[in-house]
Order: sequence, then C-alpha cells, then structure tokens
Amino acid sequence: MGTPGTPAAVTDVPDRSAAFKDSTSVGLGLVPLGLAFGLLVTRSGLDWWWATAFTTLIYAGSFEFLLIGLVVAVAPLATVALTALLVNIRHLFYALSFPLDRVKGSLGRAYSTFALTDEAYALATGERARSWSGRRIVWLQVFMQVYWAAGATAGALLGAVLPGSVTGLDFALTALFAVLALDAPRDRRGDLPTPLLALLAAVVARLLFPEQLLLAAFALFTAGLLARRFATAGEPRHA
Amino acid sequence: MPDTPYLIAAVTVSAAVTWALRALPFAALAPLRSSATVQYLSTRMPAGVMLILLVYCLRDLPLTETRALAPALALTVTAALHLWRRNALLSILGGTATHVVLMSTVFAR
Repeated sequence: MGTPGTPAAVTDVPDRSAAFKDSTSVGLGLVPLGLAFGLLVTRSGLDWWWATAFTTLIYAGSFEFLLIGLVVAVAPLATVALTALLVNIRHLFYALSFPLDRVKGSLGRAYSTFALTDEAYALATGERARSWSGRRIVWLQVFMQVYWAAGATAGALLGAVLPGSVTGLDFALTALFAVLALDAPRDRRGDLPTPLLALLAAVVARLLFPEQLLLAAFALFTAGLLARRFATAGEPRHA
Repeated sequence: MPDTPYLIAAVTVSAAVTWALRALPFAALAPLRSSATVQYLSTRMPAGVMLILLVYCLRDLPLTETRALAPALALTVTAALHLWRRNALLSILGGTATHVVLMSTVFAR
C-alpha cells in the first residue's frame, strides 16, 4: 500500500496472513467435508442455497449433517433444539481451554465464541498457538468458516451433476477427527494415559449410553481426568 | 418436505443453541481460569476430545457386515498417511478418496 495505515491496520495484516497459513492444513480439510455436506443438502431435496444458509448461520459441522435429516423429516423444533444441545454439548468443555481472553473487543469475542468449532478449538489450544494473538485466532476462525461455507455451496451446486453412485464423501468428518486426534498428543509426548482414558470413556459411553454417547463420554472423560489429577497430585490439595 | 418458515425456524433454533453452548461457559468460567485444576484439564482435554469425536463418527459402524471394511480401511489409510507425512490435507483427502472409491464400487448397495 502507498498510504500509511492505522496501527491496528498495520498489525492486522501479519496476523491475517499468519492465520491464513495456520488454517490451510486443517481448514482445507473442511472443503471436502463442505462438499459432502452441500451434496447431501441437494440430494435431500432442499434448494442449493440452504447449504450456504446452514453453514453461514449455524457453523457446527457434525450437527449440520444431522440437521439435514431432521428438517427433511419436519421434526418438531423442540427435537431440533434438543439434538443441537446434545450433539454440541461438548462445546461447554471448550471454554476450559480456549484462549478467549486474548481476543479483544466485543465483536471479536462474539464472533470467536460463535465460530468455536472443534477444528478452531484444536488449533487454538495446540502448542504452536501459545504465542498467537487474539486477532490471529479470530482471522483463523474466519478463514475456516469461509472454507466450510464455500465448500458446502460448491457441493450443493455440484449436487445436480455428480452421478448418484458417488457416495461416502461424509467420511471426511471421520478423517478430520482422526487427523486432529493424531496431532494432539504430539503436544504432550509421553502422556499416553490421557488418550487411553478418552478412548475408554468413549467405549463405555457407547455401550452404556448409546443414545447419548457424546454427553456420557465427555462427562466420564472429565471425571477420569479429575480423579487422576487428585490421585497423583504432588502438592497439598488446600494450596 | 419442509417449508421455508420451518427451515428458517430450525436454523435459528440450531444457531441459538449452538452459540449459547459456546459462549455461556466463558462468562461462568472467568473465576476458574486461574485454577490449577482447570489448567490441568485445559492441557489434557484437546487430545481426548478429538478421540471421543472419532468414536462418535464410527458409532454406527455395522461390525457384522463386510461394508464396515470401507470406513475401517479408509481410517487406516488416513492414519498411515498422517503418521508418515504429517500433512493434514493429504491425510483427509486420501482417507476420504479411499472411502468414496470403496463405497461407490466394491461396497455399492
């Protein structure tokens, strides 16, 4: 630029560029996922632009796949709300570690909480993110939602031309979580009990509470971590 | 089929519930952020959360059918690619492509 910008504008550019780079590897995984979502929207009989509306206004990946099934069946709004609550209940736990305190301004915080997805949470709580500014985190979330909404829109528009025999695109969500799960332990090398505890919580929840797997698994996992902490704490508890 | 007012209401309800779940805990947890226990949880939960979500995605795997091989093989490809190259995009696309090919050919209904 030929003209000098304000201090905020000057510092914004490096944060935006850094956020774009940060978001590329995991964020671009959202594109095939978005394509799959958009494809499912049109194949469910909805107009293509609902894919854009869903991904822009809700932005909760795995729940949005479920939402397609719910709205096509014209489920009662109470059922929609309850499903949104149960499927996204895990986001209650994200507040424990997501660095919202680094984000300045009410608009930034409003958007940052709105766009606190699993992927944003995983990236922003990783080791590399310890030094990230709040602005960088918000831009990261903006880019990731753009990938998601753009992918869904493209998928919906492609829905009419792809042959019906092409199926299985929804595996992208599973692959995404597998990648994030494999990346997370690298931040804490040697902490094997934690993933084992999570796996145990998930399997137990799957067997005992199949209809509420996520809620039960998160509760068991948190309880297990707390029990482990107090069982192994070196310092006095009253400190 | 759903009509437009219903779809608008469903999207609104979904957005409101999801945003509330994400935003409210921050207000309630402000006093807790200095707690050592909360910091302990915050460093250990991310890995576990992702694993639980992975199991959630596979919860309906029909273990008694050969069709279960498609996601199982695709997951193996995803994990192998990621342990080998550590490139998230490659791993996700490779695993998804494997699954699409298998589901559209070998395991097509």
